Amino acid sequence: MDLDAKIPDGPIAQKWTQHKDAIRLVGPRNRPHYRVIVVGTGLAGASAASSMAAMGYQVECFCFQDSPRRAHSIAAQGGINASKNYRNDGDSTFRLFSDTQKGGDYRSREANVWRLAELSTAIIDQAVAQGVPFAREYGGMLANRSFGGVLVERTFYCRGETGQQLLLGANSALAREIGAGHVKMHTRTEFLDLVVADGRARGIVVRDLVTGAISSYAADAVVLASGGYTNVFNLSTNARGCNVTATWRAHKRGAGFANPCYVQIHPTGIPAAGEHQSKLTLMSESLRNDARIWVPKQKHDTRAPGEIPEAERYYYLEERYPRFGNLVPRDVASRNAKDVCDAGLGVGPTGFGVYLDFRDAIAENGIETIDERYGNIFDMYNRITAEDPRETPMRIYPAPHYAMGGLWVDYDLMTTLPGLFAIGEANFSDHGANRLGASSMMQCLADGYFVLPITIGDYLSRHPYGEMDTSHAAFGDTEREVGERISKLLSTTGTKPVDAFHRELGSLMMDECGITRNEAGLRNAIEKIPELRERFWREVRVPGSGASFNQSLEQAGRLADFLEFAELMCHDALDRDESCGCHFREEHQTEDGETLRNDEDFAHVSVWEHNAVGTEPTLHKEPLEFEALPLAQRNYKT
Amino acid sequence: MRRISGFYQSLIGKKAVVACTGLVLLGFLVLHVIGNLKGFLPPAAGGEPDIDVYAHFLRNVGEPLIPHLVVLWGVRIVLGTALVLHVVTVLQLAAHNRGARPIRYRGAEHVAATAPARWMLVTGCAVLFFLILHLLQFTFDALGPPIAPRANFGCVYQNLWEAFQHGGVLLFYVAGMAAVGLHVFHGAWSALQTLGIDNPDRNRGLRAFATGMALFLFLAFLSLPVAMALGVIPEPSAYSAACSASAA
Amino acid sequence: MKFSLEVWRQPAGDAAGTFTSYEVDEISPDSSFLEMLDILNERLTESGGEPIAFDSDCREGICGMCSLVIDGQAHGPQRATTTCQLYMRQFDDGAQITIEPFRSGAFPVVRDLVVDRSAFDRILRAGGYVTVHSGPKPDPNDIPVEPEVAEKAIDAACCIGCGACVAACPNGAAMLYTAAKVSHLALLPQGQPERFARVQRMTEQMQKEGFGSCRNYGECEAQCPKAISIDFIGRMNRDLLRAKVTQPIDFRGDMKTQ
Repeated sequence: MDLDAKIPDGPIAQKWTQHKDAIRLVGPRNRPHYRVIVVGTGLAGASAASSMAAMGYQVECFCFQDSPRRAHSIAAQGGINASKNYRNDGDSTFRLFSDTQKGGDYRSREANVWRLAELSTAIIDQAVAQGVPFAREYGGMLANRSFGGVLVERTFYCRGETGQQLLLGANSALAREIGAGHVKMHTRTEFLDLVVADGRARGIVVRDLVTGAISSYAADAVVLASGGYTNVFNLSTNARGCNVTATWRAHKRGAGFANPCYVQIHPTGIPAAGEHQSKLTLMSESLRNDARIWVPKQKHDTRAPGEIPEAERYYYLEERYPRFGNLVPRDVASRNAKDVCDAGLGVGPTGFGVYLDFRDAIAENGIETIDERYGNIFDMYNRITAEDPRETPMRIYPAPHYAMGGLWVDYDLMTTLPGLFAIGEANFSDHGANRLGASSMMQCLADGYFVLPITIGDYLSRHPYGEMDTSHAAFGDTEREVGERISKLLSTTGTKPVDAFHRELGSLMMDECGITRNEAGLRNAIEKIPELRERFWREVRVPGSGASFNQSLEQAGRLADFLEFAELMCHDALDRDESCGCHFREEHQTEDGETLRNDEDFAHVSVWEHNAVGTEPTLHKEPLEFEALPLAQRNYKT
Repeated sequence: MRRISGFYQSLIGKKAVVACTGLVLLGFLVLHVIGNLKGFLPPAAGGEPDIDVYAHFLRNVGEPLIPHLVVLWGVRIVLGTALVLHVVTVLQLAAHNRGARPIRYRGAEHVAATAPARWMLVTGCAVLFFLILHLLQFTFDALGPPIAPRANFGCVYQNLWEAFQHGGVLLFYVAGMAAVGLHVFHGAWSALQTLGIDNPDRNRGLRAFATGMALFLFLAFLSLPVAMALGVIPEPSAYSAACSASAA
Repeated sequence: MKFSLEVWRQPAGDAAGTFTSYEVDEISPDSSFLEMLDILNERLTESGGEPIAFDSDCREGICGMCSLVIDGQAHGPQRATTTCQLYMRQFDDGAQITIEPFRSGAFPVVRDLVVDRSAFDRILRAGGYVTVHSGPKPDPNDIPVEPEVAEKAIDAACCIGCGACVAACPNGAAMLYTAAKVSHLALLPQGQPERFARVQRMTEQMQKEGFGSCRNYGECEAQCPKAISIDFIGRMNRDLLRAKVTQPIDFRGDMKTQ
């Protein structure tokens, strides 16, 4: 596996500019001769598809939802970073770069991170020009807020629905190109496999979710913008439909999968209320600014929170981290919540929850002030749990949220498989072992608006392979394999619904490869996942036919891929015998329970090559170099 | 011409036509009721009822510049056109809407719509039916006695008086005015909303305007008939003009 | 909790549909309406039946994928709430609940409770954008936007495109959706150059899709999960009428790219 990242030479601040000047372009007259497939219509997919279509490429765009606007980017709440330095507080490209790099615990590629920071300002300009209504100050200038424990205010936002507004902006650009005939949009059409011909990605096989028809599309390049794999945990903040199928299928066809063990677990999710729960809802992290987090000191305490006297409350974050208290970083907060719940101190019906209490904040600031800050979040919480946080403490528990890992890509965002590109959450590139708050949308849009539309030209101009249509044998073969797999799913003779297996996989992954991991647990998971997979194929029931709208079949296909992917994730977590960012190996922690990196042995990207299902994958390493920002251990204690 | 047809072909253009014609008809109702209220005024200089003088004036508006009856007929043509456009356009929209929503729900359907809003087509038909009979009765004198005992052309006060001595006629007018009131209650606000006059600051005012208008028209229109039926205003014979003599 | 459900079942868009009754018990009041249907579907699967098809994705009230008319109301009885955010504690134990798909001539049924809302996307494609290509742009602070205007624009832009307004409207009108889209851009300085062309194109497409006309019932506003105001309809009407009266009939905008 060739892991040449093709990082341009030159000083880090010049790399992107020089690279843009050096790479080959496709002329405007030639662009209409190239066809590009984009899978996914979130921030990355919609921005890439619309940008390339506007340049003149023929774009075929696919999404499994009924409208491109529904991609899960729409649910991003907080905001988007940009080093505009509007607040005159010392922000700069370097600051954003170093915050992202430190936040990622030095496990990302410097050149990519710098480029991301450099492009961040252009994203805001682009979005505003599209009509994204960012919050404004009284003078009409853009407003900023601080986010994610950094020292500058650089986050732009639209109420609590920044993702929706940014996606609507990208989607409006996409809608224009669809209307103009430059993009052919295929909704309710699910990617099921990648077609590789002569060693290059040349097309995809899809299923029309309404008619069940399986068909192929050929192209000169394929772009995956299919998001992350966090639903491997079953319960996560992701949408129900989010899945690993596109990236996993591409991986099985030869694309290297990088750092699959890096998953961000958000500390302030609403705890699951029971078995029936289908997803976890995130509460804004800003809540931690005013609330105090605690659990009862007594194990399995069933008293109502109001009846527990002050002396019997354990403010564990304040006691363990006196300097940052309740504002410790996401991963630290998540780990400690798990720690106290595992010790039997957890609250709520499942025992997996901790209190987030506004009592003192209300006493200090008055109910009006607190209501002004968090009223809408309180209402949302109340709607879901029927409890009013003004009167009784909220319950929170960490919720799997974002996948930092993904398909390995080089500086041009191309995977190890020529002609296959991955953008947004689907690739691994910019967030290292942990993602800084308010930078996921930044990365998606940087990839889609500004990076891929230029770098893809370099590939296309170098590989004028001419017409390729679906009559090539590779298409027929792939289509047949897809068809066989669907028949196999439909011919299973079990009785259990798909969701039952998903719950089982989710709880196994959460236990063994979740907030904290250890060798024994991971080995256990690696042993159990194949068993579960085997039981799935034996005991599942997929009702209905393949030739019609069949949601059970969709779910079954996605879960089948998760069941294979989960094993890879555990292999990666096992192999990475260090703690870094969100990947916390219990064997490797400081005396204070902090992550302990091992830069000597693990300052690399782990890229996995698929062999066969059930056999161990092959590991390749891309070494990481740190020139612009030397390695340092983070410390939130003092 | 293309502009007009383009305008009329768009749904919102059609709605604007309904709104504008509705407002024209509403304006007419306001003028009409002001005329009616003259029935309460004391006799004019010649001892003639004031409303009779007013009726006479309507035929002579603009004289001597404009010939007799021209303005009256001009107004009638404008109102007639407005009415036809209003009704035809509404029927076109209603047919279109039925196609847009072919299947009804099983459960209750209305959360916000007021009853007058939902019954617009019904009240509209009722108003139309009322209008036809009203014109036949007083304008064309086609119903004959005793419903429209036409004593004398131009003797408005007396004609009204005698018509409203019949309980059935009064009841019909009460029903007709209720329909007008309900229609205006939703229609006046709806027209302003359709034309985009509405905005958050004004909305409350516009709602109040529509409600007030509906109530005003209902009460003002009925005041004269009720007063006549109850006999709380002078009988036609109390007036000294020729009409009362010939009726006797 | 226990519920009797009357659910619309229709095997395919061109097949006939009918109501089918189901009894579900052992439902937690803390489960959402869709989770209740998930449970029913799992039981149906286990017992050899066909699960009920319904749309959902984010399950946090923002993607607009979930639909359902519950007891005659789009997204159910709770105001300003999507179906996925509706919890069973809102219903009485033992209640009978009728579940139907969004009904509109322009939203054909795909299967059971799933409808095709692609008409909305086509309205958007007709003009719901600001024509800008990706690339360098002026600094946003060069064009100040009053915070009031920006807030108002978000009030419109928070539309999740679920189609509840159409489902709620007895006339099957898509005025609230279109008005929200039109107004979001018409309010902002960035949307001005295409303002009058946009409103004409989008309303024209709305009509082509077969949506009904507005009778100002206000049902859409009441059943909108984001409580978008019908004031935006007035605003759109105003723009459209102005465009129809004052703008040139033949657009010459949208220069060809070649």
